[in-house]
Amino acid sequence: MPLEEIATFSVSRLQVLDEQGKVDSALEPELTDEQLMSLYRHMVMAREADQRMLKLQRQGRIGTFGPCTGQEASICGTAMAMGEKDWLVGAFREAGARMMRGEPFLRQLLYYNGFEEGNYFAGNERVTPVAVIVAAQLLHAVGIGYSIKYRGEKDTAVVSFVGDGGTSEGDFHEALNFASVWQVPVVFIVQNNQWAISHPRSKQTHSKTLAQKAIAYDMPGIQVDGNDVLAVYRAVKEGLDRAYSGGGPSLIETDTYRLMMHTTADDATKYRNEEEVEAAWKREPLIRFKAYLENKGLLDEEKQAALAADVKAEIDAVVKELDEWQLQNIDQSFEHVFGDKHPEIALQQAEFLDELSREEDANG
Amino acid sequence: MAKLNMVQALNLAMAEEMARDRDVVILGEDVGLDGGVFRVTEGLLEKFGKERVIDTPLAESGIVGTAIGMAISGLKPVAEIQFSGFAFLMFHQLEGYASRFRSRTHGQFTVPLVVRMPYGGKVRALEHHSESREASFAHLPGLKVVIPSSPRNARALLLAAIRDPDTVVFMEPKRSYRAFREEVPEEEEVMEIGKAQVVEAGTDLTVISWGAMMRPTIAAVEQVKEKRGTSIELIDLLTMAPMDGATLVDSVRKTGRCVVVQEAPRSCSISSEIIARINDRELLYLEAPVKRVTGYDVVTPYFAREETYLPGPERIVRAIEETLDF
Repeated sequence: MPLEEIATFSVSRLQVLDEQGKVDSALEPELTDEQLMSLYRHMVMAREADQRMLKLQRQGRIGTFGPCTGQEASICGTAMAMGEKDWLVGAFREAGARMMRGEPFLRQLLYYNGFEEGNYFAGNERVTPVAVIVAAQLLHAVGIGYSIKYRGEKDTAVVSFVGDGGTSEGDFHEALNFASVWQVPVVFIVQNNQWAISHPRSKQTHSKTLAQKAIAYDMPGIQVDGNDVLAVYRAVKEGLDRAYSGGGPSLIETDTYRLMMHTTADDATKYRNEEEVEAAWKREPLIRFKAYLENKGLLDEEKQAALAADVKAEIDAVVKELDEWQLQNIDQSFEHVFGDKHPEIALQQAEFLDELSREEDANG
Repeated sequence: MAKLNMVQALNLAMAEEMARDRDVVILGEDVGLDGGVFRVTEGLLEKFGKERVIDTPLAESGIVGTAIGMAISGLKPVAEIQFSGFAFLMFHQLEGYASRFRSRTHGQFTVPLVVRMPYGGKVRALEHHSESREASFAHLPGLKVVIPSSPRNARALLLAAIRDPDTVVFMEPKRSYRAFREEVPEEEEVMEIGKAQVVEAGTDLTVISWGAMMRPTIAAVEQVKEKRGTSIELIDLLTMAPMDGATLVDSVRKTGRCVVVQEAPRSCSISSEIIARINDRELLYLEAPVKRVTGYDVVTPYFAREETYLPGPERIVRAIEETLDF
């Protein structure tokens, strides 16, 4: 046969909760009531933290940041599926997942207020800091996956985030390729929020889905309704279980929507129309998960109000911590250029401190 | 003691450190089965297995990016970039991550990584295989840049680089790979990174060079000494960044005259930085302007023209004599 089909491919999409919160019971993940309520609280926290940060930014109390509103299912559903020993190698729009992995909210506020202290916290060995150079972090995730495999660490994998724009970067493809060749335990989460600043998903790639990018690397890939937290949880859990059992990497496209601006420095009304955003608000992830919990009898107005008050109190307390935060060790940058301080760095540090004291003297 | 060439000495350092420390792994293009295109990693696959000597897909950012991930999770990767000319495909991994993980996390995350790469001309190579771009790497804060010049210091510095707590860009003068042999001690020898070496003490003039330029520089120094009986202090820079300003400046304070020899283009280069340090700290001790023998600010010519482009002993001798006679 001169021409024969040698391979065929297909791409699946997973939805567990529809937009009304109706569950497909055959696909419903096994989560306890406590877990479900905990997940819901994390999503509410992510949303409220985001909205508070927006206010703080507008008041000039923190610098610019990239809001995650609308992506809570994609972010928190992923973190919910992660095991104790897993690594999180994020990008910059996953504050909710970071908090679920133990990062205090204060650290986000510090990072976005210009403090390196926002990049680490006690017990952070497996949560890498915010990564701004798009898609480069995916390769770090693959290298960590190699370490895990090399050491034979059990029940350990890496979850790494990137956006739809990031799939155009060379590092995205290099990461998928290396991960697949090495068969390392990594789950790539492509948060497709439809916009890379002003560039729409349709112009980012001619591919019909982002999930299909996995096919080229012979890696399991799936698209999930990224506003459906149960679908995200289910897909990530499956990817992680595969990774734990030596089945190698996988890719999950979470099809969601960036309801706010790219960062606070950006005006999204310049490039996308209001109707699109309004329609997206109707599909946002909290509505349907809330309906699902109400249907299960886990949530009612009273509980919702109590939860909201609780989250607000938590955020208030953290914002107070931010307000009280004092800049310390102005010359800290000189301390961490290298593990061992080189004499030339010490000379520049002394020069810096000398300049500073002269300015202080001059300013009385 | 054995007489080794630089390729053998580098190979020895990696074999020693891999035998000592199971966290050390090697990765790069053709480093395993093929032993590297220059054979620097030859035999290591057989000795240490494919989990520790990893033949990677052809992607420089992939190599260094994954190596960064390995390093932050406890391994000590030694990544090979086949030729320094290809390093710019991973430059963002150095600038964006390797050089600053420590600083931006105040030491919580560190990247103990070595990125080896052959650099430099005069091996009649195809384009992109002859450049000398150490200044590009040295300009990134948080990165160490080391260039050995002989088998003995190559072995001692590579051991130091692998044990270093930070990322070291280790540039190997490929022209010197097999050019000569040198006694390399059997016992372990580790040199300090961040230190220049006074190869030969002298009182009349300081000559500073590094890497592949050390050989023609030594030849030139010998000629001048023989001809004029001058006492010349010869310094091998060894570490481009962080630069050992003290050793350079101390020498020039003593001699009052200085010549810097480098293969790289002149502007914004390591020699520019050396002169700046001397001017900053010891300008009044100078009895002559610091003279430079360098590559020119042109795109590195193909090999038919490289012989005349690269500094050789004659140019270096002239520079030394002009500086002595100023």
